Amino acid sequence: MKMINASLKDLSAALAAKQVSAVELSGLFLDRIEKFNPAYNAFVTVDRAKTLAQAAEMDARRAAGETGPLLGIPLAHKDIFCTEGWLTTCGSKMLNNFVSPYDATVVTKLKQAGMVTLGKVNMDEFAMGSSNETSHYGSVKNPWDVNRVPGGSSGGSAASIAARLAPAVTGTDTGGSIRQPASLCGLTGLKPTYGVVSRYGMIAFASSLDQAGPMAKSAEDCALLLNAMAGFDERDSTSLQRDTEDYGRDLVKPLAGLRIGLPKEFFGPGMDDDVRAAVEAALDQYRKLGATTVEVSLPNSGLSVPAYYVIAPAEASSNLSRFDGVRYGHRAAEYSDLGDMYAKSRAQGFGAEVKRRILIGAYVLSHGYYDAYYLKAQKIRRLIANDFSEAFKVCDVIAGPASPSVAFKFGEKSADPVQMYLSDIYTISTNLAGLPGMSLPCGFGKDNMPVGLQLIGPWFGEAKMLGAAHQYQLATDWHTRAPEGLL
Amino acid sequence: MSLNLEEIGRIAKLARLELSAAEAETTLNQLNGIFGFIEQLQAVNTDGIEPMAHAVDVVQRLRPDTVTETDRREAFQAVAPETEAGLYLVPRVVE
Repeated sequence: MKMINASLKDLSAALAAKQVSAVELSGLFLDRIEKFNPAYNAFVTVDRAKTLAQAAEMDARRAAGETGPLLGIPLAHKDIFCTEGWLTTCGSKMLNNFVSPYDATVVTKLKQAGMVTLGKVNMDEFAMGSSNETSHYGSVKNPWDVNRVPGGSSGGSAASIAARLAPAVTGTDTGGSIRQPASLCGLTGLKPTYGVVSRYGMIAFASSLDQAGPMAKSAEDCALLLNAMAGFDERDSTSLQRDTEDYGRDLVKPLAGLRIGLPKEFFGPGMDDDVRAAVEAALDQYRKLGATTVEVSLPNSGLSVPAYYVIAPAEASSNLSRFDGVRYGHRAAEYSDLGDMYAKSRAQGFGAEVKRRILIGAYVLSHGYYDAYYLKAQKIRRLIANDFSEAFKVCDVIAGPASPSVAFKFGEKSADPVQMYLSDIYTISTNLAGLPGMSLPCGFGKDNMPVGLQLIGPWFGEAKMLGAAHQYQLATDWHTRAPEGLL
Repeated sequence: MSLNLEEIGRIAKLARLELSAAEAETTLNQLNGIFGFIEQLQAVNTDGIEPMAHAVDVVQRLRPDTVTETDRREAFQAVAPETEAGLYLVPRVVE
């Protein structure tokens, strides 16, 4: 078995059968990171000794009789998750010296499940970006073509899977930050229903939208990871108290009878022809497997990007006020007084995109503009969510493109923020409504770049969505493909 | 609508962000582009629509007012720019 391309289930079986130890498995991926990361810049922090010590601990747990589907399997964390004893930068200069004193709940839960931390992966600064070009630590390169972006903000996460530097990674998705990079790098990524995964210790960007999720090669892998990540956490005030569920329970369910809604607004002129061809082919495959498709409408979805760019910056401007150079993070070397210290520390610590969003947020929340922008956007958010409720009356899942184009080239959109913002046109409405969504590989577009199919489920429809994705992956092999020379 | 440099200065002050004159100029152009894009929201009729502040309808949970955390001051202050005797140091604010 080729470990680097194996499913988590197969890795788990190999560990259980003592064909490989957790230490050996982590060592294998650490070697790959050492060899390939300079070309991709996916990892920002690697600590071989720490990783191998943790792997040895997992081997000891197994030797003591413990078993578990993820015990001993390595994974990398997006650098937005506080990880005790590890540098946690959030892609920012602001946190370039922040060694987290505690673990995010997601990190704790995955450790409890027996997973080994391979390192921390690169991201757009404070998760604000769709190309990974806003990272203070340099952009991540797309392993399918190093002249192209990996997407963002979970670009390091996506590139790590694409280059097989890790078998699993964590990501976060505020407006598409799991699904768009998953699409651009040819992997499977899932954003759960808002509130399913704890946000504790996940550095906040827009609190009413942020949600963590798994990214891996397949839907089956994502189901295993989500089982370990999800669950009520009293430390997150918006964590939902629900019964534990097995997100893999529908994996074996045949597609016959599944009704797939196709929003006509997602199939309009905004989508590139090569993406359209791959998405249409995937829908044909679904019909072949017994699913039916029905046209639905999300009439207000066109407003999702402008509404998001009021709501998310508003929340960000509030959340990022905590970076003041007092308790953690960057402090300017010279300043005249306290106010000057705040202003200079923040000016030096934050990059251009983060500043831009803080300023937008400060403006839309300021006196005289609150009603016209912030409240207006929240009302439109309701309209967008209502559209989904209507659509789900006639379908079980919604399908469409995850991104309007394949991965674009560096610099192509970075000069015009609005153009960059529009790369999340198909993903943002899901966050506004709080719905689960995922992207899975469905073929290749121009220049042999991956295309992702987006599935959107009803609230708490993760299992259903994962089942639909897995059945497709049983019949296709797009999700097993890797860039040339990397397998 | 269109922002001017004075307004950029005002919101930068609100946001506690120092902006150079050149940065303010670039920011002005970019924010005007973004707000031009956001402007389309104004055309939508939202009469009678309840604002949606959150993705899910939940009420704030209450918990018993008891100590649940242990004292980890040293660990938390280890990442602070400047501390002394368990206190965070900032420039003098009271003369």
